[in-house]
Amino acid sequence: MILRPATLALLLISLVVTGFSLTAAFHAMGIYERWDPTSGSEDQLDLEKKTSLISSIISYLFPLELLSLALFLFTAEELHPLFTGAMCAAGTLAVNAFGYPALLLKVVNALCAGVWLIINHLDTRAYDSPLIRLKYLFLTLMIPLLLLECFLLFSYFSGVKPDVITSCCGSLFSHDSPTLSGDLTSLPAGLMQAVFFTSMVLTTGSGIIFLRTGRHGRFFSVAAAVTFPVAIASIISFIGLYFYEMPSHHCPFCLLQKEYYYIGYGLYALLFIGAVTGISAGVINSFPPTHSLSNTVPETGSYLTRVAILCYLLFTLITVIEMTISPLRLSYF
Amino acid sequence: MITLNNVTKTYSLSKPGEYTAVHDVTVELPARQITVFKGPSGSGKTSLLTLIGCMVRPTSGRIHLHGMAEQFPFQKDESAPLEITGLPERFLTTIRRTTFGFIFQQCNLITGISVLENVMLPAYTTGERLSKVRERALLLLEQFAVVRHAHRRVDLLSGGEAQRVAIARALINNPTILIADEPTAHLDSKLSHEFMEIVFRLKQEGKTVLIASHDPIVTDSVQRDRVVELRDGVICEQGSNR
Amino acid sequence: MITTRERHRNILDFALSSLGRRAGRNLSLLTMYCLLIFVLASLLFFVSALKREAARLLEDAPDLVVQRLVAGRQDLIPENYGAGIAAIRGVAHVEPRLWGYYFDSWNGANYTVIASDKPTVKDGIAAIGSGVARSRKIHAGELFPLRSPGTEPLLLEVGAIFPGTSDLMAADLIILTPSDFHTLFNFPQGKFTDLAVTVTNRKELPMVAAKIAALYADSRPILKSEIQRTYQSIFDWRGGMILLVLLSAVLSFIIFAWDRATGLSAEERKEIGILKSIGWDTSDVLLLKFWEGCAISLPAFLCGVIAAYCHVFFFSAPFFSPVLKGWSILYPQFQLVPVVDISQLLVLFFFTVVPYITATIIPNWRTATMDPDAAMRS
Ligand SMILES: Nc1ncnc2c1ncn2[C@@H]1O[C@H](COP(=O)(O)OP(=O)(O)O)[C@@H](O)[C@H]1O
Ligand SMILES: [Mg+2]
Repeated sequence: MILRPATLALLLISLVVTGFSLTAAFHAMGIYERWDPTSGSEDQLDLEKKTSLISSIISYLFPLELLSLALFLFTAEELHPLFTGAMCAAGTLAVNAFGYPALLLKVVNALCAGVWLIINHLDTRAYDSPLIRLKYLFLTLMIPLLLLECFLLFSYFSGVKPDVITSCCGSLFSHDSPTLSGDLTSLPAGLMQAVFFTSMVLTTGSGIIFLRTGRHGRFFSVAAAVTFPVAIASIISFIGLYFYEMPSHHCPFCLLQKEYYYIGYGLYALLFIGAVTGISAGVINSFPPTHSLSNTVPETGSYLTRVAILCYLLFTLITVIEMTISPLRLSYF
Repeated sequence: MITLNNVTKTYSLSKPGEYTAVHDVTVELPARQITVFKGPSGSGKTSLLTLIGCMVRPTSGRIHLHGMAEQFPFQKDESAPLEITGLPERFLTTIRRTTFGFIFQQCNLITGISVLENVMLPAYTTGERLSKVRERALLLLEQFAVVRHAHRRVDLLSGGEAQRVAIARALINNPTILIADEPTAHLDSKLSHEFMEIVFRLKQEGKTVLIASHDPIVTDSVQRDRVVELRDGVICEQGSNR
Repeated sequence: MITTRERHRNILDFALSSLGRRAGRNLSLLTMYCLLIFVLASLLFFVSALKREAARLLEDAPDLVVQRLVAGRQDLIPENYGAGIAAIRGVAHVEPRLWGYYFDSWNGANYTVIASDKPTVKDGIAAIGSGVARSRKIHAGELFPLRSPGTEPLLLEVGAIFPGTSDLMAADLIILTPSDFHTLFNFPQGKFTDLAVTVTNRKELPMVAAKIAALYADSRPILKSEIQRTYQSIFDWRGGMILLVLLSAVLSFIIFAWDRATGLSAEERKEIGILKSIGWDTSDVLLLKFWEGCAISLPAFLCGVIAAYCHVFFFSAPFFSPVLKGWSILYPQFQLVPVVDISQLLVLFFFTVVPYITATIIPNWRTATMDPDAAMRS
């Protein structure tokens, strides 16, 4: 167990978020059973009061969940000098079997939390709370994931002992490693570049079409969702190499270091915001049209789409700039 | 105009202390008039005012505010009068803070802050610039002849002055409807007459005024337009003096 | 969006003026809070400054040091070991080192004595650290005697004094020539304290270390990275211990704040009722409480952190140094080089400001949701 303020903060956030989400899910039972906004019964009034309270608590807590993803990366990065063989966060996470699953789950949960926040924002601005069941159903479905994240975080940090010898990015992200990350690095860079730029073009293109005509929102959303993992795979496969100026250093974490001006945080933030807003734009567009949402949905949808396009374009721009100014040239075969 | 259709308010429904304070009330309250709700204590006057004033939702029945649907697009049919019965609290608050002004039995001023701040208080949450609000508040205080106390603490005001500060506060967001619950309960008869004159002036400026009272100075005053008499939550008599 | 910003500003405005109403109570809260932040932030600054200092010292240290063990204790290492090690592939250079400690019974201090071939020292002339100079009250050019196991004390002239006020190590140094070193300690010829090994390729360090251990069974190779790790974890451990103690202090503070805040007086409750009745929404009331919490905790945090910065970096942490550094008469003027670790400040912020604001808001949840008509009925 590592007792550091940052790890304590992470565990605390996870506990509080999970705890409150559980309470909210428990409360949600009442909503599924008895919610009836037209009624003026005491029961309904009470339910409304509690619901607005719980919604606002969660809407304060979920941003913490987003923040803790960044904190988690940061902590993993900061702890690496404690472990023999660790040169960056990759090594810290590989100290035991819970590190990478915890990270993966944190990413998934943060994405969900982002989408939930946007749904909640729309719901509270509509006079008849048309999304209330959906929003609490979503929250309830998130519970197992949140619980699992909590468990993984605890297992990870309690299993972390200094002086453990770990393998770092050199071996985890090398062509010979028989894992997913190893497979990613051995994908030919030329192919990966083609996939990356195609998905970026498809996403931004469909986003612009969606903005102009209001159609193909779902396609845009799916494209934005797919682009997220594609872009991360691209960082491992080729984007990182240009930053490191080394033809075989396939690490997604070293980018978070000072030597690279912490550019990783910026890149991942762009991708993350792009994914959340892109996915949400499609999600809210697929809501059944009601009068109370008729103004806010198109308004919010186009705003989200614009943000997503902007983030993905910026990411692509940085990538292209780096590919041209970096002294490294990759041979594609 | 405000219309109530079969409005019922039952407290603690299907619980031990169940009590129906307002029972199946149907009434029309015309705009730009002074309507007085009259009745003994416990007859449901306050309950009725809180229902109209968007503070509480009725257990059943409908309340409509006419001519408001445009300002507050909170329903499907925007040409129909605004129905406030099915809205959640935060939307009721949105309607309430700019549509209604409230004057309470006790003045309910916040102690420890200045008279001016008390008057400005309802406008803090509307997103208006404070400098504008301050100007308006000073104007109102001047109108009610308490502007010289503007920067004093409210604890030091006399009963009549406190009442007028409370009226100024009720008017700060320029509401169309003024609601007063037993406004003269703590005033002597001279001040009570004065209050009715102020209210009459406000009516002439175009405000709709609803007063709940069992004070004869109010219920039998010449300034009132209509009297609605309540007994045990039911309207037993209503009439106009014209 | 302008209206939202105005709303925040207005409510903040009101929060400030309502804090002014309970000036006494809020001032005492502010002071306590400030003190707590001061202690925590001082500790953080202090530990990270020490850590950096230690890291800086180790930077110049050799990558690999070889000692000899006899009966599990460190012993002098013979010269021929050096030749053997130099023959290993990948070893660039082996430097035998002579150094040790000198206990000064005159003032109870321990000096570090190092033999060097550098031209600053000649036979009979030594260079000393500022701490040594101060504790013995000697100046450059003067003579000072050192007890030696021989019949006569060794008389050395002070050639130079290292100025470094911030350098942990330099303060207690005495540097002299190898021959003076041998005289002073009656040190056997042909033996050394340890060997500093440089390798051509740093990545081969563990392998070279393993080869040395295999070649000389009684040798102990020590890697710099191991020392670094040990230092790091010692500081972490000490810092962590104190942090735990202080965390309990934070907790008690939260309980204190909670206690104050939960005992929502009837007056405060009535105020919230009035606010709700005149058109404030639940979220407005909570926002008010949020700003009230900020108005106390943010200034307290700022003041505490600034005071801590001055305490540690301008006044050399008079409250802490005995605890953490191990008190030594050699370091009366020890000054730390300012280092501010943003991430630690953020964590401190997270552990103090966030709980405080939460503790001010939460007790108001229930009151804030009270019916707006409550004020009409009181
Ligand atoms: N929250 C409540 N719960 C239960 N009963 C209530 C509540 N509020 C008011 N009542 C009851 O409703 C009745 C009507 O009250 P009210 O409307 O204040 O009458 P009035 O203003 O004419 O005196 C009273 O008997 C009172 O006890
Ligand atoms: Mg009453």
